[in-house]
Amino acid sequence: MARITASVYTSHVPLIGVAIDQGKTEEPYWRPIFSGYEHSKEWMANNPPDVVFLVYNDHATAFSLELIPTFALGTGEKYTIADEGWGPRPVPDVVGHPELAAHIAQSVIQSDFDLTLVNQMDVDHGLSVPLSLMFGQPKTWPCPVIPLAVNVLQYPVPSGQRCYQLGQAIKKAIESYDEPLNVQIWGTGGMSHQLQGQRAGLINSQFDHDFLERLIVSPDELAAMPHIEYIREAGSEGIELVMWLIARGAMSDATGGPKPTVKHRFYHVPASNTAVGHLILENNE
Amino acid sequence: MKLLPEEFYNIPGTTIFDADQSRKGYWLNQFCMSLVSADNRAEFKTDERKYLDQWPMSDEQKMAVLERDLNRCIALGGNIYFLAKIGATDGRSFQQMAGQMTGMGEQDYRDMMLAGGRSPDGNRFKHEWEDA
Repeated sequence: MARITASVYTSHVPLIGVAIDQGKTEEPYWRPIFSGYEHSKEWMANNPPDVVFLVYNDHATAFSLELIPTFALGTGEKYTIADEGWGPRPVPDVVGHPELAAHIAQSVIQSDFDLTLVNQMDVDHGLSVPLSLMFGQPKTWPCPVIPLAVNVLQYPVPSGQRCYQLGQAIKKAIESYDEPLNVQIWGTGGMSHQLQGQRAGLINSQFDHDFLERLIVSPDELAAMPHIEYIREAGSEGIELVMWLIARGAMSDATGGPKPTVKHRFYHVPASNTAVGHLILENNE
Repeated sequence: MKLLPEEFYNIPGTTIFDADQSRKGYWLNQFCMSLVSADNRAEFKTDERKYLDQWPMSDEQKMAVLERDLNRCIALGGNIYFLAKIGATDGRSFQQMAGQMTGMGEQDYRDMMLAGGRSPDGNRFKHEWEDA
């Protein structure tokens, strides 16, 4: 049977992608950020997944205001890299895993989560920057990716609680898949940042450190944190952090099992407008 | 009646993109969305007014776009992720756009970010800005 072996959490700042694509990672501004991911790449080389289930948000790329799905699961064979206005990133297209995705859809929807299914969409920096941070610059991505796009753009957005429960349902779905696949689940976005209006530039490192700690130690309590707290304390775009709870809900302890093992923890301010946070948790069964 | 609890509308310098804002800004944001195509970016740059006139936007919205007044665009229903595509068309980064929206200018804004960003202290509630 398939297993979820680890969860990975990372910010997905677009300018990080630009820095990678333009070979700026050794510049003094970027060096401290990329050094925080060196250990992650080593860990990844030693723990290569067969499939990555990648939770992210679409930033007005695949979904305009015509259609606003709360949870959109990618069941397609392939996803092309989007032109977000600056031209597409020069990174490989993303190959999906339609068979596992279809199984997850079946199981999760029958667990009362009414997902939207997407076969055709372009993917933006929300998905591609985490891949670059964890896998570097390969000619093709080393494994298939199943995208889950979460609406955190237009309110109402899903609650932390709902996200945490969805993670639990995704775990159950993956673990009931016949093939013996090693699956990682990634939660991306955040940490504190605000891109809009006169309050742009908000960073709350105290909030971020608390969030990381609570995500590790007491995710069930963290899941109860109301939206207003994210927005007021971590900035209007800090709401992206609810997506980390989906990945966290897929660790064994969310459903009565043992705690995961912290393999890596990193935090840095700033990358462009944003606080960068990163965690790797290995699942224990 | 507001869609979300009142506290969501009580954060200074922050607009919650709810369904009311989304409805108000629908065509403004859809216009922005069209700029993800290189052909459309070129057409817009050739004659901005003509390009904007193809969209059922209000005159106020069109003026705000022509003047690149992002705060005004947000007040008129624009969402930052859509508006960023105007910035991309102009070759401007998120940080340059933020420098403008905050009124700080690019360099001061960049310096603030390097120094750890804007503290939440004094920036949580509207009255904290009004009293200041």
